[in-house]
Amino acid sequence: MAEPTQTEPLQAEKRPAAACAAPADVASALRAGTVTTADLPREPVGTRAYRLTELAPEALDAAIHTDRALDPLTFLPDMDDLGGGMFDRVLDAAEAYDPDAVTAADVRRVLAADTVGPEDFGVLLAPAAAPFLEQMAERAQRERVRWFGTNVQFFTPLYLANYCENRCVYCGFNCESGIRRAQLDESEIIAELDAIAATGQEEILLLTGEDPVRSSVDYIARACELAAERFRTVGVEIYPANVADYARLRAAGVDYVTVFQETYDPARYGKLHLRGRKRIMPYRFEAQERALRGGMRGVAFAPLLGLADFRRDALACGLHAWEIQRAYPAAEISFSCPRMRPAAGAVTPGGPHVSEAQLLQVVCAYRIFMPFAGLTVSSRESARFRDHVATITATKVSAGVSTGVGEHTHQADEGDDQFEIADTRDLPTMCVAMREMGLEPVMNDHVLV
Amino acid sequence: MAANDTWKLGNKEFSSRFILGSGKFRLDLVRAAVEDAGAEIVTLAVRRANTGQEDSILDAIPSGVTLLPNTSGARTAEEAVRIARLARELGCGDLVKVEVIRDTKYLLPDNAETVRATELLAADGFTVLPYMYPDLNVARDLVSAGAAAVMPLGAPIGSNKGLVTRDFIRILIEEIDLPVIVDAGIGRPSQACEAMEMGAAAVMANTAVATAGDIRLMARAFGQAVEAGRAAYLAGLGRVLETGEASSPLTGFLEEEGR
Repeated sequence: MAEPTQTEPLQAEKRPAAACAAPADVASALRAGTVTTADLPREPVGTRAYRLTELAPEALDAAIHTDRALDPLTFLPDMDDLGGGMFDRVLDAAEAYDPDAVTAADVRRVLAADTVGPEDFGVLLAPAAAPFLEQMAERAQRERVRWFGTNVQFFTPLYLANYCENRCVYCGFNCESGIRRAQLDESEIIAELDAIAATGQEEILLLTGEDPVRSSVDYIARACELAAERFRTVGVEIYPANVADYARLRAAGVDYVTVFQETYDPARYGKLHLRGRKRIMPYRFEAQERALRGGMRGVAFAPLLGLADFRRDALACGLHAWEIQRAYPAAEISFSCPRMRPAAGAVTPGGPHVSEAQLLQVVCAYRIFMPFAGLTVSSRESARFRDHVATITATKVSAGVSTGVGEHTHQADEGDDQFEIADTRDLPTMCVAMREMGLEPVMNDHVLV
Repeated sequence: MAANDTWKLGNKEFSSRFILGSGKFRLDLVRAAVEDAGAEIVTLAVRRANTGQEDSILDAIPSGVTLLPNTSGARTAEEAVRIARLARELGCGDLVKVEVIRDTKYLLPDNAETVRATELLAADGFTVLPYMYPDLNVARDLVSAGAAAVMPLGAPIGSNKGLVTRDFIRILIEEIDLPVIVDAGIGRPSQACEAMEMGAAAVMANTAVATAGDIRLMARAFGQAVEAGRAAYLAGLGRVLETGEASSPLTGFLEEEGR
């Protein structure tokens, strides 16, 4: 991976705070890289994060669009920060986790226990648990059947736009990647929605790249209204937004919000996300909580496995979801399990490759730790893997997937794909495959009230 | 068993006392399980009762079987009312099982909201069967709210742990004049049988059947266990003695008077 050569402002509190200069000076200094937002007046939010107390709009804009000008641990002035300490607790636990200290005896004890608590979850993610994968799969399957029976839910994603203000070095949509950009207008959205609805899908996930100017909350809310008229369940996977924005989307018919944290390792996070609001790690972390405060029914979590130590990331993700469930017991929790896949315009990070067996270990550990949580396995994975994982632990699969913009109808100027998909099966083919595995395809398991 | 041992929900009369849940089945197995269990009532999650889906669960239920729509997915009384009305629009009639749950981990019912939902729905003409945590005061409130039966849980949904709450269900059976239907947590036919021996009006199971190795055989086993338990209840259970029966060691002195 192309590692940034500059020193990262990760230990921002050690830097001297610069006096706040005139807005234009601050903007040019941020652009020049001579200061970062860590040098501007801030106040602490918990022990790891900060919030900027003041930043003129011009300087804010300059910082957002300049590599490494934003301190990854400092909220921008227009971002809700919830406090509460969840970010600190989860990151502290992930940092303290030592996968190599886990023994086979630990694994046997946890697998024999009635319930698996947060202190046991890491045991199941450790290398020492790998030889117990069959036993983990057996237990995961028992829990899956107990909570979800043989049901497997279907959905399909619809990419509304692939414009993005962020620069994530591993992503094909990143703002410098030079891919073909596209955004659906209202008539194109309707055509795509109708084309997908005609295939029999009843749940849709609307996605955009993360550009809150081009893909504004107004634009997304309108797309959600159109989707809610045609689908029984609507999810969004968009840039993290404020509580009021989520409330707006809820009113437009959205049921659930998916936000991938990518990695829970703050040093790695800063190195992989160079630019854009996404660089602010704690704001992304709190997205699910803001979505729930905005009235959403459910939230989904995931690290992108392979960006950092996947065991530590999976641990943090599970603890993140566990904390949210404790604080919001009515929330429907689900996990996704994306692994790094090659993409146009992206740098492959060259992090430790996550094998299929390791991925299976992670998703079985999620199931055993939080047996009631949904689990989605994406079309990044092969048909063989998805079919089997659906019988063991996954509860939701996509079908008829295209990760490009406008590809369901081929009418718009199509944008490039976000990543390559491995499982290209359409809905009828997937339904047959799932029935052959003994599962019952469910198009919808929700009524919006 | 008496040939006319029937029971009523609202104005509908049933002879089977086994209610089958449908939420965790493959559709092609629902019909078989209903037939093998002899069930006359099958629950149905309104959120699953899809209109427009090619394999609707509505088509999988044999005719003559009463559908009991539930309000699963509701987190408040108002949401339960909306889902119940949706069920009515779908043609499921006025029978409804109220589930109000705002805990996704254990799926424990919210008793206070359940009482409110029952009141609202009964006032709207529904025959209301509230799923509840077995609390006597709440059960009385449900009676006042117009419930047609109460459905206390035996153990957390899907846990297959059996009659964990047996002592409290026993109190409901003694004190509540409505039918008491033991709803969740029943994991084996013997537990269903025990609930019926205690005097429950009916037993409902879903996971225990859906997750069995042979679903049809387990459905039949539940049907038979419920019948056996009911017969035992009607027969009057024989006494249970912890020790051998001594001849009045404490009160025998009364006989000695005057000797």
